[in-house]
Amino acid sequence: MSSRDVVLGRVRRALADVPHGEGPDDPPVVRDYHRVHGSRTAAQDVDLLAENLADYRALVHRSTAGELPSLIRRLLAERGARTVLVPPGLDASWTAGAGVTLVGDRASSTPRELDAVDSVLTGCAVAIAETGTLVLDGGPDQGRRRITLVPDHHLCVVRVPDQVVGSVPEALPRLAPERPLTWISGPSATSDIELDRVEGVHGPRTLEVILLASSRAAD
Amino acid sequence: MSGTYLGMPDFPRAAAAATRDTRLRANLTHATHTIRDKRAKAVAELDDWAQLRAAGAAVKDRTLRHLDHYLEQLEAAVVAAGGQVHWAVDADEANRIVTRLVRETGEREVVKVKSMATQEIGLNEALAEAGIRAYETDLAELIVQLGDDLPSHLLVPAIHRNRSEIRDIFRREMGSWGRPAPEGLSDSPAELAEAARLHLREKFLSAKVGISGANFMVAETGTLVVVESEGNGRMCLTLPETLISVVGIEKVVPRWQDLEVFLQLLPRSSTAERMNPYTSTWTGTTDGDGPRTFHLVLLDNGRTDTLADTVGRQALRCIRCSACLNVCPVYERAGGHAYGSPYPGPIGAILTPQLRGIEGALEASLPYASSLCGACYEVCPVAIDIPEVLLHLRERVVEGGPVTRRGARTVLQPAKGHAAERAAMRAAAWAFDHPGVLRAGARLAARTRRLHPRRLPGPGRAWSATRELPAVPAESFRDWWQRTRGTSSERQGGAK
Ligand code: SF4
Repeated sequence: MSSRDVVLGRVRRALADVPHGEGPDDPPVVRDYHRVHGSRTAAQDVDLLAENLADYRALVHRSTAGELPSLIRRLLAERGARTVLVPPGLDASWTAGAGVTLVGDRASSTPRELDAVDSVLTGCAVAIAETGTLVLDGGPDQGRRRITLVPDHHLCVVRVPDQVVGSVPEALPRLAPERPLTWISGPSATSDIELDRVEGVHGPRTLEVILLASSRAAD
Repeated sequence: MSGTYLGMPDFPRAAAAATRDTRLRANLTHATHTIRDKRAKAVAELDDWAQLRAAGAAVKDRTLRHLDHYLEQLEAAVVAAGGQVHWAVDADEANRIVTRLVRETGEREVVKVKSMATQEIGLNEALAEAGIRAYETDLAELIVQLGDDLPSHLLVPAIHRNRSEIRDIFRREMGSWGRPAPEGLSDSPAELAEAARLHLREKFLSAKVGISGANFMVAETGTLVVVESEGNGRMCLTLPETLISVVGIEKVVPRWQDLEVFLQLLPRSSTAERMNPYTSTWTGTTDGDGPRTFHLVLLDNGRTDTLADTVGRQALRCIRCSACLNVCPVYERAGGHAYGSPYPGPIGAILTPQLRGIEGALEASLPYASSLCGACYEVCPVAIDIPEVLLHLRERVVEGGPVTRRGARTVLQPAKGHAAERAAMRAAAWAFDHPGVLRAGARLAARTRRLHPRRLPGPGRAWSATRELPAVPAESFRDWWQRTRGTSSERQGGAK
């Protein structure tokens, strides 16, 4: 008998108390918790996102489409970044005139090559206001998981309010489980030494978020 | 210590030693109180915590009641997404599977994400025997590994170490594992974290095999979820070519939507954050992104025996948040090592005896490693009634009864005159020699009234078999003990 059969057999014998008629969807789960906590307008969700991101030591900026390239140029210059990793589907206009060397992520790039890059610039899939979370799903403007992990500085552009949801329950239906997801809430951090919080252990030490207002909202 | 819990003394002896270690106690008290207060604030932010908690418990219970169905569904979904699924009946089999999988890659080194399941099975030691070196990459696990030590807390495994001890360990040991500690390393947490970053980055960038556990597995989609803070998890999950995840069969949840409950309950209960810095989810393999080969090893190792106990089954709901450790007066004084397993504190006191059986002296003493104050139940995000299970297990220790061992039903003999009862006796005596532990328990006694047994199982059985336990709080448990145990002639060695 295979170990699979042994384990499943043990499970079935262990559950002899479960009535025969009971199906896998029983007993029902009461979901009377909130879909979202409190009631906020879309603009208030964006404010809360900004607040919670900042609370976890991300640096938050706001921008319109017109201002975006100059903001990106300034933020990269302030960091002294000379090389910037970009996913294949990133809007080329964002980095126009940034005065940096763009490094395209290729399947063949090794972790060591990524380690030599100063910054990474991406979009995101969904951002969650209540928890201050960015979710990346590997879309064309976000790229492979490793590019937002190895460089020390991550600059992430969130389209507001379109990409912002209020809560975790509102985020999950907008995400595809078959894609690898990375949920990011502030920069890498540890509290393992006497519970003193230290930012930046293995992931990026600096997370900067640009809340990009849609042209509609900016008008 | 040599990286294994086997041969650990039973709880009272280990706890007695720990309580004499004033530095350990000071570290622990500071840490548990800090996390406890932060957690209360994080939980208070959500006015539907009670509903989330009930839903979390209900989802887990439903899954456990149909675990065979959900495991088969999970397996099919993982395979459809390009993963390979292996089943391990016990620790030895899981270790053999993982060792074989690593060997097949031709590699001699692996990087590891912190994982309770791999600690439970002693994977690092098994790999070492096969000539494969496993590098722990969580900062606290690195401290533990370099210090040739054992974890003492679910969430902060090196909670028993302070900064100067950590600096000394890094200076002394890093060189023999890879990149040495920087010259003149101080004991500031920022410098220590930086030293770990530099030390481990070499490993991450060259690793070909990663080993992880998982916090959740979604049956309908085949998705695995790892919740972490440092990014070492992301490194291990995405940079290597081969990923092997060893996960207990109880970690499955039915649907994608269920994550909305647990991703709210877990971070706030464990690190007291609205959300932990990083959460990774993956489903099988993805072309061009992450490992090309993914193996899932589903681990039983006593879980089906636990499942067979209709009272004790609820321990399998545990999401390893560690909230119960931080409120436990016994854990605070005894320290994590006294529990003799990777699962310390209140959850360890009910999980370890069920996973391993209660026949051993350590396992028999664990259900007594509690003041029954009920604080663990109050904070548990999946509402595990730990005091209820403790009482149930105490009864099993002294009265025997039906149990399942390795899948076979058997009847446990009462432990009368058996080593188990002596161990239990010593555990109780230990607790009563530490009045602070008992006061913390007695304070809440009235609220946990329904949890008090009519007849006292365990060490009290000899005294209580012929009398009803007095009602709480007409006479406190402590007073009752003082009155009924008479002089200290019953107490045995090791409890001082
Ligand atoms: S028993 Fe409950 S409180 Fe303790 S670690 Fe498990 S889930 Fe958390």
